[in-house]
Amino acid sequence: MEKFIGCKGLVAPLDRANIDTDAIIPKQFLKSIERSGFGRYLFDEWRYLDHGEPGKEVSQRILNPDFILNQNRFQGAKILLTRANFGCGSSREHAPWALQDYGFQVILAPSYADIFFNNSFKIGLLPIVLKENIVDQIFREVNLNVGYSLAVNLEEQTVVTPAGEVHTFDIDSFRKENLLNGLDEIGLTLQYASKIKSFEDKRRIEQPWLFT
Amino acid sequence: MQTLYNKLWKDHVVRDGADETALIYIDRHLVHEVTSPQAFESLKIAGRKPWRLDSVLAVADHNVPTTNRTNGISDPISRLQVETLDQNCEELGITEFKMNDLRQGIVHVIGPEQGATLPGMTVVCGDSHTSTHGAFACLAFGIGTSEVEHVLATQCLSIKKALEMKILVEGKLCPGVTAKDVALAIIGKIGTAGGTGYAIEFSGGTISDLSMEARMTLCNMAIEAGARAGMIAVDDTTIEYISGRPFAPKGDLWEKAVSYWRTLRSDEGAKFDHVVNIDATQIKPQVTWGTSPEMVTTVDGRVPNPLKITDPVKRNDMQRALDYMGLVPDMLISEIYLDKVFIGSCTNSRIEDLRAAAEVVKGRHIAKNIGLAMVVPGSGLVKLQAEEEGLDKVFLKAGFEWREPGCSMCLAMNDDYLSPGERCASTSNRNFEGRQGQAGRTHLVSPAMAAAAAIAGHFTDVRNI
Repeated sequence: MEKFIGCKGLVAPLDRANIDTDAIIPKQFLKSIERSGFGRYLFDEWRYLDHGEPGKEVSQRILNPDFILNQNRFQGAKILLTRANFGCGSSREHAPWALQDYGFQVILAPSYADIFFNNSFKIGLLPIVLKENIVDQIFREVNLNVGYSLAVNLEEQTVVTPAGEVHTFDIDSFRKENLLNGLDEIGLTLQYASKIKSFEDKRRIEQPWLFT
Repeated sequence: MQTLYNKLWKDHVVRDGADETALIYIDRHLVHEVTSPQAFESLKIAGRKPWRLDSVLAVADHNVPTTNRTNGISDPISRLQVETLDQNCEELGITEFKMNDLRQGIVHVIGPEQGATLPGMTVVCGDSHTSTHGAFACLAFGIGTSEVEHVLATQCLSIKKALEMKILVEGKLCPGVTAKDVALAIIGKIGTAGGTGYAIEFSGGTISDLSMEARMTLCNMAIEAGARAGMIAVDDTTIEYISGRPFAPKGDLWEKAVSYWRTLRSDEGAKFDHVVNIDATQIKPQVTWGTSPEMVTTVDGRVPNPLKITDPVKRNDMQRALDYMGLVPDMLISEIYLDKVFIGSCTNSRIEDLRAAAEVVKGRHIAKNIGLAMVVPGSGLVKLQAEEEGLDKVFLKAGFEWREPGCSMCLAMNDDYLSPGERCASTSNRNFEGRQGQAGRTHLVSPAMAAAAAIAGHFTDVRNI
């Protein structure tokens, strides 16, 4: 995983609660055995007016002019601002893959679904939880100001507005450390290989039916 | 005094970390074709080997066709994904039930069916409906592809302890009301984010009376309430279900296992972070009207009216859902006419589900406006048993199609999908936009209610049939 220290960038607002992973990346794109290339299918059914299939050329797609991410002022956005329970539904890691591949590095929302939240950290996409009223405020500010951008600092755990207002956020120390250092979590766990082995040996004696 | 969740947690901690994160040992890793190829590839690139092969059981379910399989999979992209699973399993020596194996089926149906899901296990799978296995007093939850790789490589996961919620369900269910209705009623009450951050234990007299199939339906839907894990204590029903299954222990080992399994229940007076009480006697057959499982009402109810909602975010969501679903505020649920009916999925494709649906359709025929009504059994063995009981004939005679096992139209990754605007009564678990096909309209119901809708052509109260 690449290091993530922070980011400064344009904010795109997606004003809708309970956005599910089927909406983030529809199922037909899950047939791929690759890990990359999902960004062009992000929010496919909202973003395009025609039906998307894997491999269909983007140049042949019909953009939905009403979809917020298609508006000129939000091109190149790095931060996605959205509503509660973002990423509910399936466990597909393709959802954070698609968001990251599209160019998002940070998501801001009042809450997330558990599996999506967890998956995002594994790939270095930072989902930040902000209070509902702060999210409301940022929505208002984004809507009023073209080019609205925020600065996110992971070390300091802050989101700074163009006016210099500082919003702090919480994050688990384990997750923060992994992101800041771009750590390989499997490598970290394997440092405890002997501990896992002895746990397993004991288990094999105590509950042998689990090992048949 | 400990909760079931706490007992399961403590039994699997390899190492405690900071912030209530711990390294947890994984007993059973179920694998399917969609969320595993990238994990296998990364494992290989890193030069790592699976830690414990006998903990892994693989099956292709999401992409497989449900019609004639003799010529394999026609969609080349789907075929490659299934072949990639076959290849990875073969190379590494992982047990896999291939597409034409009689034991093939939906991963959450075959785990319990084979006895590969046993009480006290931690069970993971790259699929959110892994919560299903909690019906066996397992700590079972869905994971992403990075974690699939992590479990393959280390047999462990670093996870944070969840909060604990008890959903206490008491009272006798009315005839015609099923575990699916209980699940939807609970989600209607607590919302799709109501269980976020929690592990839910379902308990109470109503739960004790449920069969294992029904308990699996309930735990399956825990994720639709936002909870990664749902679980139910071990009792005689659990033990009887497991006895004699291929992967279950035998002889002395069986006796030893059973005496341990019987301890897998929350102690009297154990404390939960949150308790929800449900009166089962008040639950009626449920029908979803919107694009989230929490958008649900009773069969005798009406489509809600956004004008009555004060919160602007909620009102907009409701209006958007009604627009997508093509429904008018205040119309009766029984006035909703359907195009297709789908009986299947990891929620409702087990033998008991098929029996309940067959009982409703027996001697009747699907309505003229139903373009397609299909039954997709959860596994080859469920299909075989249903055929031995003559259920296939009942369905076929009534105008249903009788298909091969798989996930099918629950998520429409294969050829089974809704066309734009089509409306479906579905026994699956998600009514999200596009879930069953782009611009398709899904109403979640129980198998009996789906069967009744197929006969009537519109939703109708199964209790009156």
